[in-house]
Amino acid sequence: MRAALILLAALAAAPFLGFGEGYSLTLLARVMILAMAAVSLWLLVGGGGMVSLGHAALLGIGAYAVVVLDDARITDAAVVVPVAMGAAGLFALVTGAVAIRTSGVQFIMITLAFGQMAFFTASSLAAYGGDDGYTLYGRTTVLGQRWLEDRLAFHYLCLGLLALTLFGGHVLLGSRFGRVLRAARENPLRAEAVGFRPYPYQLVAYSIAGAVAGLTGVLLANAAEFVAPSYLAWQRSGDLLFMVILGGLGSLQGAVLGAVAFVLLEEWLGHITEHWRLIFGPLLVLSVLFMKGGLVGMLRRG
Amino acid sequence: MSLGLLLVQGLNGLQFGVLLFLVAAGLTLVFGVMDFINLAHGVQYMLGAYFGASLAAWTGSFWLGLALALPAALVCGLVLEWLVFRHLYERDHLSQVLATFGVILFLNQAVRAIWGSAPLQMPVPALLEGGVTLMPGLQYPVYRIAILAAGLAVAGLLWLLVERTRIGALVRAGATHAPMVAALGVDIRGLFMLVFGFGAMLAGFAGVMAAPILSVDPGMGDTVLILAFVVIVIGGIGSVRGAFIAALLVGVIETLGRSLLPDLLRLVMAASPARQAGAALGSMLVYIAMALILAVRPRGLFPVRG
Amino acid sequence: MAEPLLAVAGLRKRFGGLAVTDDVTFSVAEGGIHAVIGPNGAGKTTLIHQLSGTLRPDAGSIRFGGRELVGMGLARRARLGLARSFQITSVLAGFSALENAALAVQARSGPSFRFFRAAAAERALNDQAMTALEQVGLGARAGVLAGRLSHGEKRQLELAIALAMQPRLLLLDEPLAGAGPEETERLIGILLGLKGTYTILLVEHDMQAVFALADRISVLVYGRVIATDGPEAIRADPAVRAAYLGEDEAA
Repeated sequence: MRAALILLAALAAAPFLGFGEGYSLTLLARVMILAMAAVSLWLLVGGGGMVSLGHAALLGIGAYAVVVLDDARITDAAVVVPVAMGAAGLFALVTGAVAIRTSGVQFIMITLAFGQMAFFTASSLAAYGGDDGYTLYGRTTVLGQRWLEDRLAFHYLCLGLLALTLFGGHVLLGSRFGRVLRAARENPLRAEAVGFRPYPYQLVAYSIAGAVAGLTGVLLANAAEFVAPSYLAWQRSGDLLFMVILGGLGSLQGAVLGAVAFVLLEEWLGHITEHWRLIFGPLLVLSVLFMKGGLVGMLRRG
Repeated sequence: MSLGLLLVQGLNGLQFGVLLFLVAAGLTLVFGVMDFINLAHGVQYMLGAYFGASLAAWTGSFWLGLALALPAALVCGLVLEWLVFRHLYERDHLSQVLATFGVILFLNQAVRAIWGSAPLQMPVPALLEGGVTLMPGLQYPVYRIAILAAGLAVAGLLWLLVERTRIGALVRAGATHAPMVAALGVDIRGLFMLVFGFGAMLAGFAGVMAAPILSVDPGMGDTVLILAFVVIVIGGIGSVRGAFIAALLVGVIETLGRSLLPDLLRLVMAASPARQAGAALGSMLVYIAMALILAVRPRGLFPVRG
Repeated sequence: MAEPLLAVAGLRKRFGGLAVTDDVTFSVAEGGIHAVIGPNGAGKTTLIHQLSGTLRPDAGSIRFGGRELVGMGLARRARLGLARSFQITSVLAGFSALENAALAVQARSGPSFRFFRAAAAERALNDQAMTALEQVGLGARAGVLAGRLSHGEKRQLELAIALAMQPRLLLLDEPLAGAGPEETERLIGILLGLKGTYTILLVEHDMQAVFALADRISVLVYGRVIATDGPEAIRADPAVRAAYLGEDEAA
């Protein structure tokens, strides 16, 4: 966990080390939010062996929960957060119940398909802007206070929740539940032979990851004060999966490293050319072909 | 809602299903034979449409455009196979997904850089202009019927190829016992390339055919890709027959759902919420159908491997 | 007479036209080692799959401790006390030897939908896992990742995992498979040590081991049980000699 702790400390100090102005804080918030999303996806891929290509939909559902409540003028976190987490968790539970019956390539395709379903549904919600998206009236309030309007407060909220997610994931993987989940990932037959049917454990893990993604979606909506169907696009799920693999499946902190590297790379290439994906795509291919074990693996090899 | 509308939308659905089949056939064969999941397959469809549209504009002829786009799509497919995909056959599915995702990012952006983000137009060929009268006062475009016919013809050809030829026998055997086929002295790499190129060309063909009736834009491959995944999951991964039946099913459900549900719901609720709920539900219908089918048959309608 | 611990009756399984398990009937009484032997292709593996729950028989019944097992999955049967070991070693390579065994203890020690407390810190689980490892002589290797153990040690761990389940019946699928002469010697020693405590159904290829260990032996040929008896009687049985030993004199 050392690399992740150093990163968290750096993020905590960043506003006082010359990264305190608007642009930097926006970028850092993006890093932290995506890192949180990547951690929740890591729990599925690295923890449970479930390669989901529909994770962005879960984030999007959390973000759209903010939208729906905002439209009804309900903005307090005491309502927004449980609704967002519940909606995303429920979606994960229902779609997971079907998807987890399959495995391997079918699982990938089915999660992709359900993600696309959520995407099209969001696009068809004319009341919330349809394809054009929805601009929030304001950020989520906490106990009626507009604390999150303050950029620094938002920065530390994101940091705190990222740290909590990372810690929570760590605890989860080490628990009895996590042990069964890891066993089922390594060898489902072995898990069954000692008496654990993987299905319920995987389904609960999928729902937990969904709820965490929903919480992340709340932050995502607040960061931009805007939500659009593109948040649910399958390319975003692909991005998240790339972060997880870029960081490495060897350890949970890989998700954080991967997200940081991903956003910085994207940002840097974006400054070079408008067509940055022309470079990004081949880099992705090369990293898959040649960088086994991800960044965590590289750090370990020294 | 009239019978005429139902007929037209039903035909549209079948025609969309046929296009989906052309894309899904390559995907399911490539997966069946090589155990390779290729997200970039949708890009082949997009490239076909772009090649067709720009070559048709350049030569001034739809038919020349079509004739030139097919080899162009084939070459693109083979270059990708040589450059990227063949290094992934031995890797896990996760790696395959990510690397082919990278290929999509690159090619979608390349298309934007070359042709711009605005949709391209491809005119319907003069020979297939106009419509036929289905019912008094109800015309249906000849071109759409031509797509349906061409798609069915290709499906028939594919069936003959897979079921009745030596290469087809190898493909079927390769799908279930690849190491065995290799041990018998068949050049498995060559077989892979053949299947791959063929699949790429089929998808490209679908792209050209779709170009005059759908908008040719940089994201078009992705939408089709995901529906093609739904098709092969429903059909049973690796099964061409399953892909055919599932493609028609998905095409019809998707088209009818999106066009008829808002009207249907208006029977039971007010117009405005009916339109909204209908649109939302219509776009979910295919995936709900997929979930229901998988709930009963987790391995799809025609599972290939036991 | 009390009902036997395991009673297999009329078990059948066909693959296409081939009857791989053909009306198999035998029973295992509480205590001791009951071995199933048979030449290659006799249907031993198929039988194990049906007993453990990874393959559904076409007909017949498997009663275990008074309950019908047919229709139950592998995990349910494991929880009822039927522990199986695998012929092809399938320990969790990324877990330590101790955690491999602790997982099996955990399966019978209360609910596993517990999300907070570190499982590795649960004394009760670790102590019992350690006992199982010591029973097979792996106590000193508890902290080693299972993937790093030698082949023989993995065979021992495979056994320890089954013991950690505290099963009523141990279903051992060729526990000596792939072991060298020295490892075989050690494993036989371990099995002898377990004999008094556990009821064991041993499916094994190694004749020497079977005759050294088993109290009763069933002989499976072409999917049928041709004889069930004590080792001496089996050795003398002309049908067994003809069908089995005649084919495989080296054994």
